[in-house]
Amino acid sequence: MIKYIAKRLLMLIPILLVVTFVIFTLLYITPGDPAKMILGTTATDEAVAQLRTELGLDQPFLIQYLNYMKDLIFHFDIGTSYSTRQPVIQEIMNCLPATLKLAFSSILIAVVVGIPIGVISAVKQYSIFDNIVMVLGLVGISMPVFWLGLLLILFFSVQMGWLPASGYSSWQQMIMPAVTLSAQSIAVVARMTRSSMLEEIRKDYIRTVRMKGQTEMRITIFHGLRNALIPIVTVIGTQFGSLLGGAVMCETIFSIPGIGRLMVDSIKARDFPVVQGGVLFIAIGFALVNLIVDIIYAFLDPKIKAQYK
Amino acid sequence: MDQKKEKKYSFWGDTWRRLRRNRLAMVGLIIIALLIFCAIFADFIAPYDYAQQDLMIAYQGPSAQHWFGTDEFGRDILSRIIYGSRISLQIGFIAVGISLIFGGFLGAVAGYYGGKLDNLIMRIMDIIMSIPSILLAISIVAALGSSMTNLMIATGVSYIPSYARIVRASILGIKDQEFIEAAKAIGTSDKTIIIRHILPNCLAPIIVQATLGVAFAILTAAGLSFIGLGMAQPTPEWGSMLSSGRTYIRDYWHMTLFPGLAIALTIFALNVLGDGLRDALDPKLRG
Amino acid sequence: MEHTSNEKLLDIRDLSVEYHSNGKIVKAVSNLNLSLDKGETLGFVGETGAGKTTTALSVLRILPELPSRITGGEIWFNGENLLLKSQKEMRQIRGKEISMIFQDPMTSLDPVATVGKQIEEMIGLHENLPKKELRERAAQMLEQVGIKRERIDDYPHQFSGGMKQRVVIAMALSCNPHLLIADEPTTALDVTIQAQVLELMKKLKQQYQMSMIMITHDLGIVAEICDTVAIMYAGNIVEYGKVAQVYENFEHPYTEALFDSIPSLDEEQDELKVISGLTPDPTNLPAGCPFHPRCPYAGPECAAQAPEIREVEPGHIVRCHKKCERRA
Repeated sequence: MIKYIAKRLLMLIPILLVVTFVIFTLLYITPGDPAKMILGTTATDEAVAQLRTELGLDQPFLIQYLNYMKDLIFHFDIGTSYSTRQPVIQEIMNCLPATLKLAFSSILIAVVVGIPIGVISAVKQYSIFDNIVMVLGLVGISMPVFWLGLLLILFFSVQMGWLPASGYSSWQQMIMPAVTLSAQSIAVVARMTRSSMLEEIRKDYIRTVRMKGQTEMRITIFHGLRNALIPIVTVIGTQFGSLLGGAVMCETIFSIPGIGRLMVDSIKARDFPVVQGGVLFIAIGFALVNLIVDIIYAFLDPKIKAQYK
Repeated sequence: MDQKKEKKYSFWGDTWRRLRRNRLAMVGLIIIALLIFCAIFADFIAPYDYAQQDLMIAYQGPSAQHWFGTDEFGRDILSRIIYGSRISLQIGFIAVGISLIFGGFLGAVAGYYGGKLDNLIMRIMDIIMSIPSILLAISIVAALGSSMTNLMIATGVSYIPSYARIVRASILGIKDQEFIEAAKAIGTSDKTIIIRHILPNCLAPIIVQATLGVAFAILTAAGLSFIGLGMAQPTPEWGSMLSSGRTYIRDYWHMTLFPGLAIALTIFALNVLGDGLRDALDPKLRG
Repeated sequence: MEHTSNEKLLDIRDLSVEYHSNGKIVKAVSNLNLSLDKGETLGFVGETGAGKTTTALSVLRILPELPSRITGGEIWFNGENLLLKSQKEMRQIRGKEISMIFQDPMTSLDPVATVGKQIEEMIGLHENLPKKELRERAAQMLEQVGIKRERIDDYPHQFSGGMKQRVVIAMALSCNPHLLIADEPTTALDVTIQAQVLELMKKLKQQYQMSMIMITHDLGIVAEICDTVAIMYAGNIVEYGKVAQVYENFEHPYTEALFDSIPSLDEEQDELKVISGLTPDPTNLPAGCPFHPRCPYAGPECAAQAPEIREVEPGHIVRCHKKCERRA
């Protein structure tokens, strides 16, 4: 197992190398001179030139990239923000907790709500409950995160005045952002659970367990769901990616100072080091989540577990 | 040849028959058809010009004159939504076109020629897939600047790997089958084999993926516009309409409700149609 | 069949089962009567789709709930009607009293649980034992069927088809059932493995002193291990009797056709004899005797009226209008 994890961790390196390179290139070719932007339109040419040298912007592209990577690897330094003059790493660390809190509470909601709904829906296929779930599921996956957020604000804050429309520290403030962000994942997880449960509970081995005299409840959970979990976990992993995208919207709507909003603000301000850092962090986060998913996968599927014993 | 044509006809006939039985998918199809109609004939349908400002009637709620109300400049929201369908559909279809062409080509080359080329292409695809798609789109828009073309590219790029995988998988599945060997033996060129024999075989998953892809592109573009990285005023883009509606959410709910409803309905229609197509095209259900 | 319920272990009376598929009703089993004595082994023979498995699943009441329904009849087991029992009561009987081995060993084990756990689950459901003893019992069961106890923590995919079927057998026998239903236990296996598994089952049957229903379409297997045989066609039994009676004096044209379809080594044969015509469409069974369209002896009465059973000799019954001309 350790060998497997180590192998997967090593595979992260080329991915991150390419990601940094692609992002670096993209931002390098971006029109607009950061030095001019920092100093404003009134700055003299000499001042701009001096700042360019200071920031290393006059170096050739490859040197700039290598310098960036050198700082990243040896000093864990990913540059300085153009606008705040703070180290990027610090800016990101300031914003990370909010995003993590949002993302993890959403994925938790998606799992805790989505899986049971999917299981019940599958066991009671074609029932009223199942029909409602199927329709709500379709609505859920079609609901744009940013619109759902606005509707919730419209209803719970503006009309009813029950919940605060912004912020992220108290649990009342977290309810709407977390619900908004998890809605789509709940739908996806519930639909996936339903379809893979439907597949599993029709299989022969379920009949074998039934023949043993096992109760329906235990058949469903310890055999059906246990087998269905393998594809469900995969879906939860991919959901994390779209959740990160949704987090950007969510943070904007509910004024949460997370990485998503930091990136959007930095793009608008052409604060490239922060954008680069943000992308890098999200890519690392996404890769780590995928790694965790694969490890869980290996635990769930004896065929994979046997390979890495 | 004639026989083949007939078979093809019955294939699509069959699919259509099954699709028609799926009520939800038909609802989706009708909504999409209506949207396309709106987009094409916007000039005739829309009651007002989408850019026509009249500050005297700004912030009006829904009324007989303005069914969906007016926005902060007194523009008719219904007309803007109707014109907005043009933009959303264009972005959706062209973005999918981009990913389809590049992805299909790369997948075809990778699958058909195999070996090192295959390995190289598919590793690059893996890396693209390892970046969350919205993040990729944001990065591209950040780099290229926000315009309609850039939105199309940004949303298109992240879907390239999906098509590459589909096409590659279908090619690997049928490459060694006898009719391909036969075509090769009589000297058919690679290009002809790919276009005439291989592409038709992977059409079903591509159609499904493309339908869902249009939904994804529209949603992403609207989302980018919403956070201010997409289309700017006065373009009647649904996402940016929603974004300005958000500013006035405390007082004028209609500015938030209707543009969002347009996006959600479109995505819903495309999703149910995509699901329906998947079921209708599923060869496992085919007798 | 005359009933003297007391000595019968299993007595199925007028059982009817329907399936619903695409709005059509399929009569899988219609008015089936069958009984089994204690210690008896019954061969249950017929083509695919004749309703053998459906009958077996009805006894355990584990038919797939949605599309199928028992529409009538009684199933007496040890003097109790199983069809009147609650699911909770049935769970006491499943596995403990009546156990079943399924056709395809590749799919009948849970792929994510070790074989040991799967056997332990069965024993644990019916006997209150501490964990350690459960494991020991499971290991013993594995040894019984010729699998080393060290393999108790292996997963199903680490076993071959024949070995998996041994695991299933070990599981089925782990609570000493009174009745074992084996649904084509060797059909999915290689020929060489088939013989081994069959040998094992014969041995265990002796050892465990249980009754058995062997569902098969292989008349050779029936001759080898069964006492009585029931031939099933289109949802009903067309001939029933002791193995010797049926094998030597078969009456029903369908039984005759089954025997004819076995390739003979003695005679030179150009082609295999097959039963002419197709298995009838179960949603649309022919009127009268369901076999009459394929029957070489069919007369006008066969199409008009379903035949009643008649006793050819004591304990040997047949459902056919025609007296066998071959014997006459």
